[in-house]
Amino acid sequence: MPSTAQSASKLSPRSIAVWTAVALIGAAGWAMLALARGEEISAAWMVAAALGSYAIGYRFYARFIATRVLRVDKTRATPAERLDNGIDFHPTDRRVLLGHHFAAIAGAGPLVGPVLAAQMGYLPGTIWIIVGVIFAGAVQDMVTLFFSMRRDGKSLGQMAREEIGPIGGAAALLAVLAIMIILLAVLALVVVNALAESPWGTFSIGMTIPIALFMGFYLRVLRPGRVTEVSLIGIALLLLALVSGRWVAESSWADTFTLEPSTLVIWILVYSFVASILPVWMLLAPRDYLSTFMKIGTIGLLAVGVVVTLPTMKMDGITDFAGVGDGPVFAGSLFPFVFITIACGALSGFHALISSGTTPKMIQKETQIRMIGYGSMLMESFVAIMAMVAASIIDPGLYFAMNAPAGVIGDNVQAASEAVRSFGYSISPDQLAAAAKAVEEHSLLSRTGGAPTLAIGVSNIFSEVVGGAGMKAFWYHFAIMFEALFILTALDAGTRVGRFMLQDMLGNVYKPFRRVSWWPGLLISSAAIVALWGYFLWVGVHEPLGGINQLFPLFGIANQLLAAVALAVCTTLLVKSGRLKWAWVTAVPLVWDAVVTLTASWQKVFSTDPKVGFFQQRANYQDAIDQGKVLPPAKSMDDMHTVVTNSTVDGVLSALFAILVIVVLADAARTCVRAVRDPQGTRMHEAPYEKSKLVEPAGLIATKEEKAEQAEHEAALAGAGPHGPGTGGDSR
Amino acid sequence: MKPVNPLVRAGRWLRWYVREFTDESAYDRYVAHVRQHQGPDAEIPSRKEFERRRTDAREGDPREGFRCC
Repeated sequence: MPSTAQSASKLSPRSIAVWTAVALIGAAGWAMLALARGEEISAAWMVAAALGSYAIGYRFYARFIATRVLRVDKTRATPAERLDNGIDFHPTDRRVLLGHHFAAIAGAGPLVGPVLAAQMGYLPGTIWIIVGVIFAGAVQDMVTLFFSMRRDGKSLGQMAREEIGPIGGAAALLAVLAIMIILLAVLALVVVNALAESPWGTFSIGMTIPIALFMGFYLRVLRPGRVTEVSLIGIALLLLALVSGRWVAESSWADTFTLEPSTLVIWILVYSFVASILPVWMLLAPRDYLSTFMKIGTIGLLAVGVVVTLPTMKMDGITDFAGVGDGPVFAGSLFPFVFITIACGALSGFHALISSGTTPKMIQKETQIRMIGYGSMLMESFVAIMAMVAASIIDPGLYFAMNAPAGVIGDNVQAASEAVRSFGYSISPDQLAAAAKAVEEHSLLSRTGGAPTLAIGVSNIFSEVVGGAGMKAFWYHFAIMFEALFILTALDAGTRVGRFMLQDMLGNVYKPFRRVSWWPGLLISSAAIVALWGYFLWVGVHEPLGGINQLFPLFGIANQLLAAVALAVCTTLLVKSGRLKWAWVTAVPLVWDAVVTLTASWQKVFSTDPKVGFFQQRANYQDAIDQGKVLPPAKSMDDMHTVVTNSTVDGVLSALFAILVIVVLADAARTCVRAVRDPQGTRMHEAPYEKSKLVEPAGLIATKEEKAEQAEHEAALAGAGPHGPGTGGDSR
Repeated sequence: MKPVNPLVRAGRWLRWYVREFTDESAYDRYVAHVRQHQGPDAEIPSRKEFERRRTDAREGDPREGFRCC
């Protein structure tokens, strides 16, 4: 094959020297992380291990997948070029699309998961974030992007139906909907836990609604399309809301904005329902701009902050909870639960929904999928690494006091200090009170969900760069605002997507449902979706055993099972397109992911440890009820009944997810076997080849050859005449 | 070729990037597209109308522009 000869000859002495140096930096990072025992080490080593490994994975493995496995073809026109309509299909500059794609995949997931996983120490989580992204997560994103691009940007569900079969397709669709419900509930729970009893946070988040309405009006009526200027105005107002949050918290209004968790739940449900039926331009579109700017800005600041301050990590590399699996944050042993908890930063099924759909319609050149699919996911993984750093630099005693459920830790600093001692760490009641006071919160006990812990870490890092200790409270609320902002946007957008899928399904029964403008259908399906995730949110807030503790594993399992669906689609397509020899590229991560996730589902359903197995939990509490006893952490008979109901629902849901995914896997396996037995009989749904007229570089920085090729192409165009200057300004 | 001050160049590049990233340039792109394919006299919607159509399209299929967790 010509490409092999080419890549072999490209290794000049210089590039060998450079890549040896990169490998050494990465190896030094790994060695320090692995060998440091009982001493605090610098986060610099974690950054070195991550960046060194990413560089090697991108240079060698991603390149191998693109050229040998997928055989990307730069002469083949992409859907953006063939179907260019100037709106959703249009060839987009690779650097712009990288930004778009990254902004679309990055969210709360990679920030929350690692914080929770830090309960087992930073090492297990870090290893999985880095190894997982290189061999599984980034591969899934890139391969899904490739196959969707070859099919004019078809969605994952459509590809599953067309390429695997109707049964697998239907199961995949149902799985996506169920997973969406759990995702929304868990995200909402994170927000509730971050905003409860926090007048500063609640006020500033509340203010984002009028700000977004104003921006929407501005874009709709005053100056249509001027996104940059309205976003700058919005950000300025947002910062004002953040600063004035402190004044409100210190004023007589404080009580108005000090809300209990259950009150917040009601507000969030009402907000999400109303927002999801309002026109997109009013709230969703402007909020999207705000949260994207905040997201990119905060992630950028965090990267700079981590690299500039290079903080030392106080958490152990591996804690005792890793072995025994009785940690307070989430129950279960390292295998499989670390992999479930990390979720988005290493492998995220949700990315397959982005990689199939919007992005493939905008890609200029097939060769760019490595940069956009694989590259964006490496960036996302680095976000997860930074979250792990943020969680590991705070005092472990404070970490456990913040992340253990109230039932375990008690409701006052003395009890919490005692409880933390029983975990094997120490923090005095005074220190706990001082930590809360430093960020101007009433209390930091049991602020589960990851967001508040992350915010503490972020405020430590940022205040070292800007403002010192006096700015800690500001940066804490800045971080909370940034997370809550995009989670609330996700609740609105996710409810709409769920509604759309539900309308589509109900449309099979009663036709008018499919018409998106049919109001009764719209209202009914929006209400149904909000009610579904609202149920889990309500349950999570009132769960005596701790909502995050019970629900986060469900979210992780759901997300990882969705990844299994995506990897199954990719593997099937590799086999069907005659690449059986290379199918291991997605089949190995698929098998690993399926083993991990189905083991976790199995344990959640059948484990006899009541902390892990939902049905064992149910049985224990039911027995106690029958004997008229109250088991802690439940405080009353009502609590006992709540636990029984919740455990039953959660257990059934775990089983349902697993069954749906097993159906998809079985159907995919059947299709693969048939394709191997009868290669002639397989039908692919790939769009036919058309020659590309564009010449564009593959990577972030154009190589010498690419520049020469582009110059030649432009000279030829100029010679040909009318299609002169092109679009896009002075970038080329 | 006239040498351009690197700062000016960087500023121009940044402006171009931000306009593309936020899709503020969508209207210009669409107008260029219509002119190129339907000739210079093609009927072109006003910016207001175009932006309205674009946002309202998301109503039809909310999966467009959906962001992740």
